[in-house]
Amino acid sequence: MTTTVSQTGPQGTAVSARPSRRAKRTGAHRRTLVAWLFLLPFLAVFVVYTAIPTVAALGFSLTDLRGTDLRNPFAVEFVALSNYAWLFSDGRFVRDLGNTAIFVLVGVPLTMLLGFALALALDAGVRRLRGVFRTIFFAPVVTNVVAVALIWQYAFNRNGTVNEVLSNIGFAGPNWLGDPNLAMPVVILLGVWRNFGIAMVLFLAGLQGVPEDVHEAAALDGAGWWRRLWHITTPLLVPTILLVSVLLTVFYLQVFDEPYLLTDGGPLGSTESVALYTYHQFGFGQFGLSSAASFVILVLVAVVSIIQFRLLRPRA
Amino acid sequence: MTVVASPEVADQDVPAEKGAAERGSRPGPRTVRPSEALLYAALVIVACLTLLPFGWVASGSLRSLADIRADPGAWLPSEVTFDNFVRLFATEGFSAYLVNSIVVAALVVGGNIVAASAAGYALAKFDFAGKRLAFGAVMAALMVPYTATFVPQFVVTMNLGLVDTLTGIALPAMALPISIFIMRQYASAVPDELLEAARIDGAGELRIFFRIFLPLAGPALATVTIMSFLAAWNNFIWPLVVAQSTSTYTLPVGLAATSNAANNVTDYGLMLAGAIVVMLPVLVLFLFLQRYFVQGVAATGLK
Repeated sequence: MTTTVSQTGPQGTAVSARPSRRAKRTGAHRRTLVAWLFLLPFLAVFVVYTAIPTVAALGFSLTDLRGTDLRNPFAVEFVALSNYAWLFSDGRFVRDLGNTAIFVLVGVPLTMLLGFALALALDAGVRRLRGVFRTIFFAPVVTNVVAVALIWQYAFNRNGTVNEVLSNIGFAGPNWLGDPNLAMPVVILLGVWRNFGIAMVLFLAGLQGVPEDVHEAAALDGAGWWRRLWHITTPLLVPTILLVSVLLTVFYLQVFDEPYLLTDGGPLGSTESVALYTYHQFGFGQFGLSSAASFVILVLVAVVSIIQFRLLRPRA
Repeated sequence: MTVVASPEVADQDVPAEKGAAERGSRPGPRTVRPSEALLYAALVIVACLTLLPFGWVASGSLRSLADIRADPGAWLPSEVTFDNFVRLFATEGFSAYLVNSIVVAALVVGGNIVAASAAGYALAKFDFAGKRLAFGAVMAALMVPYTATFVPQFVVTMNLGLVDTLTGIALPAMALPISIFIMRQYASAVPDELLEAARIDGAGELRIFFRIFLPLAGPALATVTIMSFLAAWNNFIWPLVVAQSTSTYTLPVGLAATSNAANNVTDYGLMLAGAIVVMLPVLVLFLFLQRYFVQGVAATGLK
């Protein structure tokens, strides 16, 4: 659509106004130059820290680069796809893919449901103290994860606060972070605590776009609260729901801070995400393998991002 | 990108509060809903659970080691002491970490203000060859996952000789794509006529940018400042990789390292005091400038 407009524009003026066209063209050249100069600081950082590293990560992943080769990068050997082949035959990596899938499949719906419920309550459910509640629910989003993880560790310690509470009501609390079956829920809980505020804010913004009169008409026709939620609010919120689910999926696909700080992937690797695998292989000096694993994350995130882009484009 | 809320409408306080007043003033059909009292109860419970970690850390940081050893699970200090904070700064190196965090944050905020106001302005107000490409670069920067590039980023940093330096920690975050989105969105709302009028008066592009656009861009610059400060202050994985000695540790890295040190594992009070030092500055800023935080996060849904 926009291409047709820009094609007819210059053609129309071509015959009648030659000098002004030239002036226009030098003007356009100048504007292009000025625009790129304005973009220069961003582009410098982008090229050095995003473009080159992305290409390099792909390159590294096809070599046997190790920490010891960094001073002499030409000593590395091209190993084609054998890092990838190794990854997918490595039980540890496959397990970590599974763990990451759990983070996504459990973390995303929990975060969304909590955020959605709170947004609904704050949008139409209560009349007072909305600002206070919103501040409280958003506070975890801005809170430093290292500090919170520390609190989580002490709270879910064998002798920690959670078990103290449990023992008061007659339960013997387990060693949460030391049990391969219980560590994951505790790690996911931290992820949900940190992220539900984002979901809430985005849903609140979405709910602002739901017209009031549709609701009132439906209510006059006798539709109850749940029916209106299901048949009016939810369908109108589909774009927001898609946006939030994609954003959270991208977050949880890259989950690193929570498992690194709480368990370092343990016990017995039960909470090691792919991002954490990447970091551990980096620590072992296996840069080639680490890059291959990180490229798997990149592909997964890219797929989700492309879906996001497709879904959002009609509205743009 | 419609995801980016415009600076004016993004503040949800105004419409929400207005709607509330309207709804409250007449007994409309919307009063048919689950009991409001129950909702308040539920909200208060969730709010308490959300705040629980904050209250707990505040209380624990004020307890002495002996107090904690005597009763690890107690909720309140038997006697309030600031000894943990004193120890953090006097013997645990937190004063150096604090200075490092401030320096990194200042570099990151400064970089973002320069890079984002210029790039956002150019993307919103110029038609130029390669604009789609430039916009694609911003999108790519937004989408390429951090974890996918930190190994080559580390190699780049090493080749620049910036490993174990504060510049090396700050540099990758000095032109965040989210800042550019915020500035671009804001610049789009500035009327073209204003810039055109200045051009006709013979003002150069730089002059127009500095004299006309920037003075109007205050709210967007505030959001960019807040968002990039938050990103710099809370960043953990990159400083963890780049900082190799305690002299370049930022607060989060220092806190993680201190808590891993064997003799500190049981020193809850000290560690909780450390947690307070790390989280408090951002929380205080958040309380006073909440609007900008929420706008920034709602802008792209990214932290």
